Amino acid sequence: MLQKPERLIVDGKRLDGRAFDELRPVKIVVGPLHRADGSCYIEHGKNKVMAAVYGPREVHPKHLQEVTHAIVRYRYNMAPFSVEDRKRPGPDRRSIEISKVSREALESVILKEYFPRSTIDIFVEILQADAGTRVAALNAASVALADAGIPMKGLVSACSVGKVDDTLVLDLSKEEDNYGQADMPVAIVANTGEIAFLQMDGHMTQEEFRKALEMAIDGCKQIYKLQREALLAKYGGLENE
Amino acid sequence: MGREIVIPGDLLSNDRRKAGEGTYVERGKVYASIYGILDKRDKIRVIPLAGRYIPSPGDVVIGNIIEVGFAFWKVEINSPYEGVLNVTEVNRKIDLNKIDEFLNVGDMIIGRVKKIDPAMRVELTLKGEKFFGKIKDGRVIEIAHTRVPRVIGRGGSMISLLKKETGCSIYVGQNGRIWIKGDENSMDILASAIALIEREAHTIGLTEKVEALIKSEKEKLRGGESATKA
Repeated sequence: MLQKPERLIVDGKRLDGRAFDELRPVKIVVGPLHRADGSCYIEHGKNKVMAAVYGPREVHPKHLQEVTHAIVRYRYNMAPFSVEDRKRPGPDRRSIEISKVSREALESVILKEYFPRSTIDIFVEILQADAGTRVAALNAASVALADAGIPMKGLVSACSVGKVDDTLVLDLSKEEDNYGQADMPVAIVANTGEIAFLQMDGHMTQEEFRKALEMAIDGCKQIYKLQREALLAKYGGLENE
Repeated sequence: MGREIVIPGDLLSNDRRKAGEGTYVERGKVYASIYGILDKRDKIRVIPLAGRYIPSPGDVVIGNIIEVGFAFWKVEINSPYEGVLNVTEVNRKIDLNKIDEFLNVGDMIIGRVKKIDPAMRVELTLKGEKFFGKIKDGRVIEIAHTRVPRVIGRGGSMISLLKKETGCSIYVGQNGRIWIKGDENSMDILASAIALIEREAHTIGLTEKVEALIKSEKEKLRGGESATKA
């Protein structure tokens, strides 16, 4: 188990040695699942996340279908073994909430009108959790949607920012998340700069909030670059020819 | 031809009149809406690398009968939307009491998308071409529909090569199903050639690879024959 550290910032550096505005290492794999229409695996620090997209496909149960546009369904789920103490399997209050807000973030970019009477199903499985799973899940889902060939206004890129020891830091680690003062996940549509998703837990002054949002958007842009590189690399042989 | 890959949200042009498939226009600018290959000839469009088949009027499709109704059949066409084939769209008189004698669940048909309404109800027809109708012989191969243009080739070059080299007749449905007809050995060769096209659709020099594959397969076959003779 984690012990509460005395201080989260030592000698101007974070516990894991990162600078205040530095992301954890991120690895993105596009299309690992062959039976899904689109998929993505992301390692973000110690988070391990798998996303699968199916669709557009027929809606079941039928009464959910919309005549004018596709519906989007998003399932965020933590595997029982993803955390230190076994998590009781199945949806709980937290994961239902995360599924809802993440779905709404993605709905804002998906061009749903192209596929009336159909559904786009997104499944995100948290295989290993280490703070910031909802943003890692969103990043994976958005790459998986692109991989599935689903038309979107842009990619959604997400990143969290928080306050620990009265300092704003990007991309909270587990200790910083558990013992910090505030945590704020943010998602943007990178090419327009629109905010697709914003939550906050903890306390910040208005001034801190503004600064934090700026930092988060900066982090999202770094994530966007990685997502973009991963997508281009899938058909990488092509660009050299 | 540019072979640049774009992802959703990429700015492609400032001229909204050039917007083609796979793009959207916002504030007079053209952006990519899908992940695919940019094609700047003529109009700006993005050729998809993945995605489900969405029917459009005029497409030739190969489908599976999944339901027999009073005066229609429901047809699965490898898409989120199912097709409806009305008895009046068949080139012969059909006794409504014996509608399943012409087509029954499990039969395959090749036909054309006649029209689609805004709620994506798809009407099919078997009128218009000699080869439209029930598929009674040969094989049906399924590939990703995004690879169909590569099987046909520029100006039909690939498909004429395949026909010439294997002696099979080939009918390609836009929904990613291909009906081939010929002797068993030729169909085996053709099936592996099509699998190669699907696997390596995005690479250069595809035609040469296909030619080489067909040649080596034919040689293997000839070798096998002489072995049995000896």
